[in-house]
Amino acid sequence: MSNLEMFIDLLKYPFMQRAIICGIAISFCAALIGVILVLKRYSMIGHGLGEVAFASLSLALVLGMPEMYIAIPIVIIASFIILIISQKQGESGDITIALVSAGALAFGVIITAITNGFNIDVYNYMFGSILTMKTSYVIISVGLSIILVIIYLIFYNRLFMITYDEKYAKVCGINVTFYQFLIALFTAIVVVIGMRMMGTMLISSLIVFPAVIARRLTHSFKEMSVMSIIISIICFLFGLIISSILNLPTGASIVMVYIAVLLFSIIWTKILK
Amino acid sequence: MEIVRIKDLRTSYNGHIAIKNVSFNIEKGEYVCLVGENGSGKSTLLKTLVGLNKKDNGEIILNIEPDKVSYLAQNNMTEINFPATAKEIIMTGVQKHKKLPFYNKEDHEAFEEICNELSIKSIINKQISELSGGQRQRVMLARALIRKPELLILDEPCSGLDSIITKEFYKILDKLNKEKGLTIIMATHDLNEIESENIRVICMATVVKFDGNVIEWNKQEK
Repeated sequence: MSNLEMFIDLLKYPFMQRAIICGIAISFCAALIGVILVLKRYSMIGHGLGEVAFASLSLALVLGMPEMYIAIPIVIIASFIILIISQKQGESGDITIALVSAGALAFGVIITAITNGFNIDVYNYMFGSILTMKTSYVIISVGLSIILVIIYLIFYNRLFMITYDEKYAKVCGINVTFYQFLIALFTAIVVVIGMRMMGTMLISSLIVFPAVIARRLTHSFKEMSVMSIIISIICFLFGLIISSILNLPTGASIVMVYIAVLLFSIIWTKILK
Repeated sequence: MEIVRIKDLRTSYNGHIAIKNVSFNIEKGEYVCLVGENGSGKSTLLKTLVGLNKKDNGEIILNIEPDKVSYLAQNNMTEINFPATAKEIIMTGVQKHKKLPFYNKEDHEAFEEICNELSIKSIINKQISELSGGQRQRVMLARALIRKPELLILDEPCSGLDSIITKEFYKILDKLNKEKGLTIIMATHDLNEIESENIRVICMATVVKFDGNVIEWNKQEK
């Protein structure tokens, strides 16, 4: 049996079907929020929240509680805190992300060390294990993804306005703070639902790479959003196929596909110029 | 009809008093130019007027709906490579506080109208980075005008543009003021490029140093 036939054979199994459904939903959402974060130069927020997600998962494992119940509120609160402090610091807002992520990682490592140590659960969350997702996780992830996409579509014009020119939006009487919190909430949820797929260490790549690649290939915000979704889903599927065939971690495989596509996009745009 | 009343306004910027004891009124249809050296408080005054800066004390009374005020900032090209077309940017101008976040038929009609008026139809689908400085400034003006304002506030809109483009831009403003009765308040360094004689000049130096007609101002300057 060839590698590809083996992959096609795997598609019959529920764990692979769950992985594909969940992966597509998360890739879709991450691509959308990634466009805003990259253009607003908040790319590192995803990385910082990934570390916070790791700390909250360590806590959930210690407390013996479902990871989502702990991770969702903690990551959302951390996201708001990062946003508020970053805005007060202005251009040096990355300092907040660096401090929060280092602090959260240290907290997670200490909690893990003094309890069960780095067991398979912790490893899976750090580096992703999309094939071990339970049905309940898939239902929550897909449900949240659908809600996020609906909210994004409703507020698309406002989100574009805030992303392009926040000051002008304020002058127009738009409640900028509300939309900033919406973006923070959106990011936090994507990080939480995406951590099982990519791992807390690599979750930021799911948010940043598709937007960065799409930005190179498009001329408008709408085109960039659509292209980012397409790239995100295609790279996820390729990453999943490669990881299944070569028996590699899925999150890392997806990142390698992103890097290949990014290099291709750089060469492509250079040729076109 | 009085459209703006400013009384004893004091505003700080980065901990320093930027303007103090500033009082003046602006009538509907006036074309007011704020002049003064860098740091004289022109931009701070305009930002306070549109709500981007907080005032320390004093009063600002706008006798029009907030939706009827529009603003064109000084450095609106900070992200020049932003992936957005001229149309996407101009359309954001119709967004209002209590309006649904969707564009309706009237918004699209307003877009067509403003593009024809400013002769920018040929560039509406181009990315903002592909446009020249003058074209970009027209796009920003279109964004400010699409909401059909009664008061237009501009903060050095032509900084960085060459003399020909600057003159063309001021001609558009003059036309809007004369033909549509648009009230204009503009901070500017290049008063000489503005050909209109109906301009009221307010010279700032933390306080109001001069407030009068452009002809009187020119005499004083000489």
